[in-house]
Amino acid sequence: MEVSMTVNGREVSADVEPRTLLVHFLREELRLTGTHVGCETGYCGACTVHVDGQAIKSCTMLAVQANGSEVKTIEGLASNGDLHPVQEGFWERHGLQCGFCTPGMIMSATALLDENSNPSEDEIRHGIEGNLCRCTGYHNIVRAVEYAGAKMRGEDPPPPDWEGAE
Amino acid sequence: MATSSALGGSVRRREDPALIQGKGLYTDDYIPHGTAYVAFARSPYASATINSIDTSAAESADGVVAVFTADDVSHLGDLIAQVVVARGRPLMAGTKVKHVGEAVAMVVAESARQARDAVDLIDIDYDPHKAVIDMREAVKDEVLVHDDLESNTVVAWEAGPFGDEEAIAATKQTIADAKDRDDTVTVSIEAVNQRLIPVAIEPRSVVAEWDDGYQRFRVHTSSQVPHALMGAIKTTFGLNANQVHVTAPEVGGGFGVKLNVYNDEILTCFAAQKLDRPIKWTESRREAPGSSIQGRGWVGTATVVGTNDGEILGYELDVLSDMGAYEQNFTAAIPFLGLFVGSGQYKFPTHWKATCVFTNTMTTDAYRGAGRPEAAYYLERVIDAYAREIGVDPVEVRKKNFIDKFDEAVVSPIGFAIDTGDYSTNIDKLVEVSDYEALKAERDKAREEGRYVGIGVSAYCEVCGFAPTALSELGFSWATYGLPAGFYGTGLVRVNPDTSVTVITGTGPSGQGHQTSWAQLVSDRLGIPIEKIRVIHGDTEESPMGIGTFGSRSLAVDGAATFDAAERVARKAKNIAAHLLEASAEDIELDADGGHVVGSPDSTVPWDDIAAAAYLPHRLGESEIEGGLESHVVFDPPNATWPFGSHLAMVEVDAETGNVEILRYITVDDCGNVVNPMIVAGQVHGGITQGIGQAMFEEAVYDSDGNMLTGSLLDYPIPTAGDLPNFELSSTVTPTNINSLGAKGIGEAGTIGSAQTIVNAVVDALAPLGVKHVDMPLRPKRVWAAIQEARG
Repeated sequence: MEVSMTVNGREVSADVEPRTLLVHFLREELRLTGTHVGCETGYCGACTVHVDGQAIKSCTMLAVQANGSEVKTIEGLASNGDLHPVQEGFWERHGLQCGFCTPGMIMSATALLDENSNPSEDEIRHGIEGNLCRCTGYHNIVRAVEYAGAKMRGEDPPPPDWEGAE
Repeated sequence: MATSSALGGSVRRREDPALIQGKGLYTDDYIPHGTAYVAFARSPYASATINSIDTSAAESADGVVAVFTADDVSHLGDLIAQVVVARGRPLMAGTKVKHVGEAVAMVVAESARQARDAVDLIDIDYDPHKAVIDMREAVKDEVLVHDDLESNTVVAWEAGPFGDEEAIAATKQTIADAKDRDDTVTVSIEAVNQRLIPVAIEPRSVVAEWDDGYQRFRVHTSSQVPHALMGAIKTTFGLNANQVHVTAPEVGGGFGVKLNVYNDEILTCFAAQKLDRPIKWTESRREAPGSSIQGRGWVGTATVVGTNDGEILGYELDVLSDMGAYEQNFTAAIPFLGLFVGSGQYKFPTHWKATCVFTNTMTTDAYRGAGRPEAAYYLERVIDAYAREIGVDPVEVRKKNFIDKFDEAVVSPIGFAIDTGDYSTNIDKLVEVSDYEALKAERDKAREEGRYVGIGVSAYCEVCGFAPTALSELGFSWATYGLPAGFYGTGLVRVNPDTSVTVITGTGPSGQGHQTSWAQLVSDRLGIPIEKIRVIHGDTEESPMGIGTFGSRSLAVDGAATFDAAERVARKAKNIAAHLLEASAEDIELDADGGHVVGSPDSTVPWDDIAAAAYLPHRLGESEIEGGLESHVVFDPPNATWPFGSHLAMVEVDAETGNVEILRYITVDDCGNVVNPMIVAGQVHGGITQGIGQAMFEEAVYDSDGNMLTGSLLDYPIPTAGDLPNFELSSTVTPTNINSLGAKGIGEAGTIGSAQTIVNAVVDALAPLGVKHVDMPLRPKRVWAAIQEARG
């Protein structure tokens, strides 16, 4: 089947098997391998991308269902070489270790902040509940999202909380 | 952006810019031209005879390139493992299957989806047999996992200390005598330390290419031990080490599940050579319970005997440990790893008995902590129960029995030399930073209000940083992989002609930040900024040898080797600068600009000139300095390292639902000197979370036929952000004296300290009801049932 969509601002189209998942289309057809496959069942969230502005798990959607949509992946988040504040927050607050869940986590956190520019800690924790991380214990992911939220509101981010933080 | 390169600075990670932009290269992202894909047919039975396998329909299916079974690979022998006591794993099952999910046939097709489709067309005729799933049944030997072996018991041993029959008998007598005294109390706990699934978020993956012209393998794999795989491939296929190039690019979490050489890796290489094209296999989450190792899986009884005022006179542990159906890398060695810390940080006589048994289940092996979380769990649970029985504060009981502070190695009651320790100072700091007395008052007030609030404390002593190579006599080496190398560290530091620095180390990260910490180590010695330093890891061709990342060993062993190599390069750079300045090398100091004569700022040689002289050796004239500016250090520490710490949790149990909420989680860890506090904090956070996962959520469950009931992430819930509190971290610093960094290890500490801390807290919360123990995981249903039982 023929599918067409806009991915990271670029028009793309391809002939795919009807059963092709959006995540496989992105990874194999477009070679956008920043979107990861962690479970193929919608639980881990490593494959999270934005479709028409909404965070969705791209292993739960067929490529043909995204026909005509605007898709944004982790590769399209930085603009003109400037990191998105959420990406910067993950770097500044050690919000990642192995980095495998990170693209999906960042895409979820970005969608969360788009909906709620000043979330409470509890809202952040429950807002990213659909994304699993096995490395960080989420502590620094929450700090990263707080950092990004502050930056996006034009405020000074709270300082880091590890020992001897400068 | 903090760019401090000093040791002890929280330098932001060098690896992050790629990873946060989706530019990291993981194994599954690598797709060479012409790649074909593998899928496995796996056994639906826990024990069965294979009568026949018909692959004809699969072979003629769309896109299928080949189908292989055990007959095609029997000439390669079994999967090689580090230690096989009784029975290793075949590459594929031939005449019998021994667990659900065991690989029986292998399809290679043009696409991964075609390979998976074709698996369903393979017709395998099985004759199922009675299986034994529960290790308490398996140890009776009524049903044998391997009917050509006499027993399901792989190995059984006693220790107190290990290997000394007379001393073991004396220890047992001492403990028996203490129990017989009228003025002592004996407390036992029978507890399950349940089987777990490691769940790295990146599924395992391997891409193998065979170069038929030069007779070489090139293999990408998601592994913590690329050199061990290199050894297994070269031994299996009859090649030399220099004909096999294994790299582990970005590794999406390890936790022990990737500390193994797997049959799928060897089989993918087999197909690549046989078919002469690139072959890829990527694990699906659904098949992982049959393809990747699991962890823990102990049942046992822990007993403490002590006085009424808290002096412990003896400790005994008697455990069964579930091996699964076959031994892989470390399988039967895991309880032995636990034994290293069998007496924890305490001075009382200790006796251990461990029995390792086969069952018709997936292999168990190292999962974060590997034997040490289990050891700490039993010890710290039963000490807590004893403290409750005699009515003495659990912190006081622990302090009363700690080994006193020591700067030179002391031998523990279980027979191992511990490097350095200061346990009382550590737990005193926990009391201080947590305001323990205030927390207890808060708990007591909540109790008066009818709420079930509890405080749990645990201390722990860990052993990590394996090393030394003398342990190779106990099997701690890669000799069975055809590489007679003990567990040492390697570091190579090279200042390039343009003054950039290349570092090559023998371990590779799966999230631990080697790119950053290693650059800090080298920058500290040379003065060259970390931005100019690149760290290469996980590559068997770049690194002459490497043992791998596991057992919290990277920094203390390979990091220390790298630090020492950088120091040697610094000495040579000073010699060159001294020659060029006609000064004495003792008077030269290095910084980002180059070499200076101390106290004479005008006498400077820039790094450009130092490097130029090294690579244009005629400029070194009569100095006898050799050309080049690099050093490669092989470091064999005299001992492992022994970090320690204390954890405290405050929880509230909802007595109506059994739900447990963690109100506070406070730690004081001691890993010696710290290179990057930000990275250390991250390791502690993740470690604690995996311990909390075991305590509250996770359990790998088989039904009585050996079917895995918890194979998906829905049935096997790992902690989410909403399940957890913020963590409150502090530290004490007791450097080790076995390496130049004074650094111990921190990768597993959080996990080793946390599971029993949570259980101790929940039992404390329910103590007013008379609850004395609840087995993990403390899911609401189980806690609720314990409350109902206590209430009668």
